[in-house]
Amino acid sequence: MSAFQGTADRGDPDRLGRGEGSRGRQHSAEHAAGGLASKRIVVGYGFWIFLLSDIVMFSAFFATYAVLVGQTAGGPSGRELFDLRNTGIETACLLLSSFACGLASIGAQAHRGSWFYGAMAATFILGAAFVGLEVREFAGLVARGAGPTRSAFLSAFFTLVGCHGLHVTAGLLWLLTMMAQVFAKGYRADILRRILCFSLFWHALDIIWVGIFTMVYLMGAAT
Amino acid sequence: MLGKLSWTAIPFDQPIPLLAAALVGVVIIGVLAWVALKGWLPYLWREWITSVDHKRIGIMYTLLAMVMLLRGFADAIMMRSQQALAFRSDGYLPPEHYDQIFSAHGTLMIFFVAMPFVIGLMNFVMPLQLGIRDVAFPTLNSVSLWLTATGALLVNISLVVGEFARTGWLPYPPLSEIAYSPGVGVDYYLWALQISGVGTLLTGVNFVTTVLKIHGPGMTYMRMPMFCWTTLASNLLIVAAFPILTATLAMLLLDRYLGFHFFTNEAGGNVMMFMNLIWAWGHPEVYILILPAFGIFSEVISTFSGKPLFGYRSMVMATMAICILSFTVWLHHFFTMGAGADVNAIFGIASMIIAVPTGVKVFNWLFTMYGGRVVYSPPILWSIGFMVTFVIGGMTGVLLAVPPADFVLHNSLFLVAHFHNVIIGGVLFGAFAGYNYWFPKAFGFRLHEGLGKAAFWCWLIGFYVAFMPLYVVGLMGMTRRMQHYDVSAWRPWLLIAAGGAVIILAGIILQIAQLAVSIGRREELRDVTGDPWDGRSLEWATPSPPPAFNFAVLPRIEAQDAYWGVKQRVRQQARLGEEPGYSAIEMPRNSPTGFICAFFATLMGFALIWHIWWIVALAALGAYATFVVFAWRDRVEYIIPADVVARIDRANRSARSEALGSPVQAAP
Repeated sequence: MSAFQGTADRGDPDRLGRGEGSRGRQHSAEHAAGGLASKRIVVGYGFWIFLLSDIVMFSAFFATYAVLVGQTAGGPSGRELFDLRNTGIETACLLLSSFACGLASIGAQAHRGSWFYGAMAATFILGAAFVGLEVREFAGLVARGAGPTRSAFLSAFFTLVGCHGLHVTAGLLWLLTMMAQVFAKGYRADILRRILCFSLFWHALDIIWVGIFTMVYLMGAAT
Repeated sequence: MLGKLSWTAIPFDQPIPLLAAALVGVVIIGVLAWVALKGWLPYLWREWITSVDHKRIGIMYTLLAMVMLLRGFADAIMMRSQQALAFRSDGYLPPEHYDQIFSAHGTLMIFFVAMPFVIGLMNFVMPLQLGIRDVAFPTLNSVSLWLTATGALLVNISLVVGEFARTGWLPYPPLSEIAYSPGVGVDYYLWALQISGVGTLLTGVNFVTTVLKIHGPGMTYMRMPMFCWTTLASNLLIVAAFPILTATLAMLLLDRYLGFHFFTNEAGGNVMMFMNLIWAWGHPEVYILILPAFGIFSEVISTFSGKPLFGYRSMVMATMAICILSFTVWLHHFFTMGAGADVNAIFGIASMIIAVPTGVKVFNWLFTMYGGRVVYSPPILWSIGFMVTFVIGGMTGVLLAVPPADFVLHNSLFLVAHFHNVIIGGVLFGAFAGYNYWFPKAFGFRLHEGLGKAAFWCWLIGFYVAFMPLYVVGLMGMTRRMQHYDVSAWRPWLLIAAGGAVIILAGIILQIAQLAVSIGRREELRDVTGDPWDGRSLEWATPSPPPAFNFAVLPRIEAQDAYWGVKQRVRQQARLGEEPGYSAIEMPRNSPTGFICAFFATLMGFALIWHIWWIVALAALGAYATFVVFAWRDRVEYIIPADVVARIDRANRSARSEALGSPVQAAP
């Protein structure tokens, strides 16, 4: 194509890449992504698309739960099982962990080690507390004979809530990996992009949890 | 130690799968030995298996699709011959084997032929058309490819180790529940699709991001070639629909592995919820397949008519309308559920409405050809064959969308004829059109035209001979998936249909011959200009095959049909533009991440199917370690120096100027 044009435009003639990408990029080398929208924008955008797909998956589980919530097969219903106090503490842990995660992002951007590691550790502890409380709740239900095989309602409940719990667990593993990576490599641009993705992931799990808290626990305990 | 796996898993008592597997095994070992003896393994590893180049990944996707097409077609011809023979007799395939064959046929053809074929073409073409150097996430692209290959591998392993599902291409419960399908067949199906589904989803994320966020300078939405629009629509559908498939199959897995009650008959499970969920994915899925084919036809028809696409804006609108409407029609797959007259009426009307944008597209293609000077090369033959065939398939579809008619035709061979009519006549013809059209771009030489035309005619005639009789027996009341029957009126039609399958077989043989002959005569079929069809979009501005970086300098797009405009200007001015200043280009380094990741996914899938939990744990650990190693690497790009870029582009310029009859500018 260049064969025909003397215009040899390099860099960013349409100003697509506002942001960090146009700073500090080697003027001579343009990457497939870096030459146009900045990498940070592309990576964040792509991760958002992924999160949307994840939310679609959760919506399938939500819809299933809504269909099966009344199918208790003579077993216990949500009203008999749900402990709002426990769920309230879980919610507090998760929301606070999101706040800590936000602090960690700021710390990473500021390249402040103590701030980043401290906030990430707080995120981890709160997230792990959430998972621990959830596991305790599940174990208690199973011990009472209200495990997922008891009824279609409980199958849907354990799957929806458990899927979120698995996401949080995976997020904890990711969190530790990111801490190790920053420790080993420092605040490199690609690592900062990963921290951005991680924090998006963590906040998205909050949004889903708000849905679960409302649709499963509050509505379940009320009716 | 090995879970459910033992020597009894290998079907020593069934000669057909064993022989088939032995043949495949011999072929694979033969090819591997040949490659190893020739000393090509390092080359394959370095340049292909670890490649993150979208062009190479696209070619490998397409190759996977074509190999799986042979396997899927072998299943098809076995089914047709079984039904031709099994009149008042058992035929030659016992029921449990016949059931596996039709299940494997549908699964392979949709997930491992149609999907990789369209994804392969999108991979190869879309970045070239957008005027960019790669997709948004090149390594992720490689992961997608190899996870898809993992799924295909698992389905084919089931031929030898254990069995495949006997539950159809969509495993409807309660039949697919552990109580009625206690074997590993359904588990093979489920894990193969879960793993390849992750690959497809990642492709969707990757391509949506690419089309929306990475364009060449000046490539506004309304200047994008039609194929890029349909790629966008198709991948938006992947992002929105595939998670539903993942969730649904996960629920069935939980039912089967851990005794949950989503779709069981007892404890409040709801079987019809599976049908609703699976078709909430399944109906968008057919548009995921057909929309890229629509894009290919748009490119081909416009190029071979020598005219811009008629009604470009309406084409964009129609594409996006289909994209949205495809989510509103899923219930027409089970009108017989008994949702009531009003619900059925709404979905029936929605199904008919979706025929409107499709009709818009057909008229646009016709008007593009009208008044054009149509060159009858194989790509446009496939396109014209498509238009005729697809309209017939669309009309039988509208017929099926009428709920009272559907009550009569549900699960009959009329339905089977309908969806083959649209999938073969639409998706497959589109894939073949694209394959003939872009082959010279990928490999630098054209496919043999005469053999291509012969293959087309065999496919077209074979299709009609094979599937029109199925409409007839469907109207006579023959249901799908019958291993034997005793209605003498069906017999002649099924014999004709078997004959049609043989004609299609001839078409496939001719296609293989076309490829072999073309490779043999590649020097005389060589495309030296990079623009063998007088193309209109940017992929034809690159040399054939394009260099790793696609464009020496990112092209500036000033109008629709970007390359056509440039060519017109060059012809008018009788000279190329001035040589641009070349600079070094950064490209992503190759990475074995995708391949290693798929190795662990294969291991994990196999171990999950056979309940070998320690391998599952090891494979999960391995996959995690792979990602950490990938994340830890320091050099992610390599530099192509400016003089190499200049040398490649100057060669392209001189070839161009000869082809366009204008003197080349002296290099400074």
